Amino acid sequence: MKLTVNGTEHEVDVEDDMPLLWVLRDELNIKGVKYGCGVAQCGACTVHIDGEAVRSCQTAVADVWGDVTTIEGLGTPDAMHAVQAAWVEHQVAQCGYCQSGQIMQAAALLATNPVPTDADIDDAMNGNLCRCGTYPRIRAAVKTAATKLQEV
Amino acid sequence: MSRIGKIARRSFLVGSAAVVGGVAFGYYAYKRPVTNPLLADLAEGEAALTPYVKIDSTGITLITPRADSGQGAYHVQAALIAEELDVELDQVRVDPGMPDSAYYNTALSAEAAPFRSTDDGLMADTTRGIMDAMMKFMGLQITGGSTTVPDSFEKLRLAGAVARETLKAAAAQETGANVADLKTAKGEVILPGGGTLAYTALAATAATLDPVNDVTLRDPSTWRLVGKEMERIDIRAKSTGTQRYGIDFEVEGMVHASVRTSPRRGAMNSYDATTARDMRGVIDVVELPDGVAVVADNTWRAMQAVNAIDIDWAPATYPAEQAEHWQALSDSFHADQQDSRFRDDGDVDVALEGAEIIEAEYRAPYLAHAPLEPISAVVQVTDDRADVWTGTQIPRFVQSNVAKLTGLDTDQIFVHVLVMGGSFGHRLEDRVVREATQIAMQIKGTPVKLTYSREEDTLQNDTRQIAMARGRGTVKNGRVEAYDLGIAMPSVIASQMGRQGMPTPGPDLQIVAGAWEQPMQIPNYRVTGYRAPELAPISSWRAVGASTNGFFHDVFLDELIHAAGADPMEERLRLCWHDPSRKALEAVAEMSGWGSDLGPNKGRGVAFCMSFGVPTAEVVEVSNIDGAIKINKVWVAAEVGRVIDPINFENMVQGGINWALGHAMNSEITYSDGMADQRNYYDFEGMRLAQSPEIFVRGLENGDTVRGMGEPMVPPAAAALSNAIFAATGQRVREMPMTKHTDFV
Repeated sequence: MKLTVNGTEHEVDVEDDMPLLWVLRDELNIKGVKYGCGVAQCGACTVHIDGEAVRSCQTAVADVWGDVTTIEGLGTPDAMHAVQAAWVEHQVAQCGYCQSGQIMQAAALLATNPVPTDADIDDAMNGNLCRCGTYPRIRAAVKTAATKLQEV
Repeated sequence: MSRIGKIARRSFLVGSAAVVGGVAFGYYAYKRPVTNPLLADLAEGEAALTPYVKIDSTGITLITPRADSGQGAYHVQAALIAEELDVELDQVRVDPGMPDSAYYNTALSAEAAPFRSTDDGLMADTTRGIMDAMMKFMGLQITGGSTTVPDSFEKLRLAGAVARETLKAAAAQETGANVADLKTAKGEVILPGGGTLAYTALAATAATLDPVNDVTLRDPSTWRLVGKEMERIDIRAKSTGTQRYGIDFEVEGMVHASVRTSPRRGAMNSYDATTARDMRGVIDVVELPDGVAVVADNTWRAMQAVNAIDIDWAPATYPAEQAEHWQALSDSFHADQQDSRFRDDGDVDVALEGAEIIEAEYRAPYLAHAPLEPISAVVQVTDDRADVWTGTQIPRFVQSNVAKLTGLDTDQIFVHVLVMGGSFGHRLEDRVVREATQIAMQIKGTPVKLTYSREEDTLQNDTRQIAMARGRGTVKNGRVEAYDLGIAMPSVIASQMGRQGMPTPGPDLQIVAGAWEQPMQIPNYRVTGYRAPELAPISSWRAVGASTNGFFHDVFLDELIHAAGADPMEERLRLCWHDPSRKALEAVAEMSGWGSDLGPNKGRGVAFCMSFGVPTAEVVEVSNIDGAIKINKVWVAAEVGRVIDPINFENMVQGGINWALGHAMNSEITYSDGMADQRNYYDFEGMRLAQSPEIFVRGLENGDTVRGMGEPMVPPAAAALSNAIFAATGQRVREMPMTKHTDFV
């Protein structure tokens, strides 16, 4: 089947029910997307499908309905997305393992809700677990990114 | 500078120390200079100046042997070297290096000795010195015990200074200039005329010189990096999905494995893999001593297939039901199970006799580590070597264990330490490596990546200890008069070291850590450790013994202070004799506005615990919203001697508070039918963003000893929360998880 990821079309020969997460990681070698729980409880595997944040561990590859964007497609170290830049500015990461998912979740939030309230941020980000507990910086970085995106 | 001299004599006479003939083998081995592990494996043109710095024509590599499980250890180690080496952090590569006994951890042994961190008397110093010698002798390259900063603080700056001075000597030899006229900056030696010579260009010459060991560390007032806000070396990679972790590692020709071993941590009776063998992508089904693994062409197919195997597990060797575990602890408060009584001031028995006694019992559950990255390892075994790529805190144990399993020599085992997606003590165990090795031995030559499913990671977790405490005390004239705390738990160290085949004679300090050594002067004050029998496998979980005992010790103190009618902050200050600890309490009182009116349905709680040598005082503020508790704010003040990077420090402390409060609220591992009841984050949740409070952090620098802060924020947090709930509601919560007794918003 065909799968478009970060603007590139791929042909993959896998079972229909293989989760998108594992197609990305093991078949296409896109490692920015992370395995944490496999049951949509941690959010580390969050990617965008047509701009919507989804848990790729619970999305069968045959059900993918649009173009997939991973953290690698959002921005690069040399050309960061505003959310990534805010994550650097606030030095959010500790171990960093959850942060791809956090950033993808935040980017989707700000795309639909450019000026989120604290409650909006809590609601949108609550499904993304950070075992290192970087939540204070995640909150601050989402706000900074919102401001930056408004300025553009 | 005398202490620096002492360390320099011990560990930095690289290749030039005279050997002192010893009175005993251990002493001799200890005094023998550590060999430089990099010298054994150097390409032409590379100069190994110290075990911590490597320079060749292509660049400068800083060796950071303490593992980074996420709290910025690589960054901090690199900054310490760079401070003296005169390089910028964006000019260098950072490499954890290969396991070697030269990277022994001095600070860990200091904390293992049974002396209070506040005790710097002769006996304490002598014993710490012996432990230091033992640690060096055993060559434990361990990351743990919040020791990275203390262990590195002088060692790594000295390493940088030795390297810098040797490079200057090389420049002097090449140019004929006087060393005294040379300066260094940004990875270059600056010549008197203003010309420069890059370190990389001087490497070959420097390799021919003896290291310049006669160096003086710079005065803190001149530091460029240490103590300043820095950009963490890995922050861009970790914000763009480009950081590679152990689970991401791939090597040519690699296959994927998934494993199931007994959830009862015992034997496997039988299994039927008929269905699994026929599933797509399955290459092989491999039997292990206590389980079975599937080797497949990708991770998901391996996991699917291993879950399709029908397995009959033997019973657990420990009690099958949770209630039996609690009963075992409850039955352990007896003289014949007494493990230690390091604290016994005044006469508790006399003080309690005839007085009105306040009694309470406390419980803390088993807890999983559950770092977000499930554990994994890649292992390749051939006839003459084995390579291991994994995120580990114990590379030397890994090396030794793989040697034992494969029958190869230790120097044929190459352990490549990879970046870890969290640990919290989880990666002080190495079963994933042992299993990956056992699989790889059956398909020799083929690299095998073993990745645990989250469920397997939870079921096979060597958890935090279960613990129980009983307090008895009295008050008199508005003061705490007698305090008697007994703590019962199985020995973490015996369980953990037992899996490494190491005996652990004597009392286990962790049974009373975070309680017996508190700097309080209560007239009659006793802390007794009781060793419960070995139950389910347990291991070091962030803050280890103090993670439970900090809760027990301080909540019971709070109960007595309340009974005395005293102010919780004032009475702790009155009882505390240790000046740096008093300053931590005073700081947190000032930060939190202690004593000001909070209005209705709110409460503040203070708690104090010294652990890993760090006096840490915390205040938690909660609201009682229609019977449910909301944690609003937390204030933390901790005496660490030096804060290396204020940003990283604040982030780590905030994270540790969330860690401690999340588990205190809602997390436990329990056993039924010999297996953990919990499987994944839906039943082991921890802190999430919406519940996380505002957290204010202050690192105090009053002391003269540098301490690590990876763990000390944990022990007081649950106690401060419990004390705050009491202040807001009048209800004492004496058991974790607290959701058993109260709701949270």
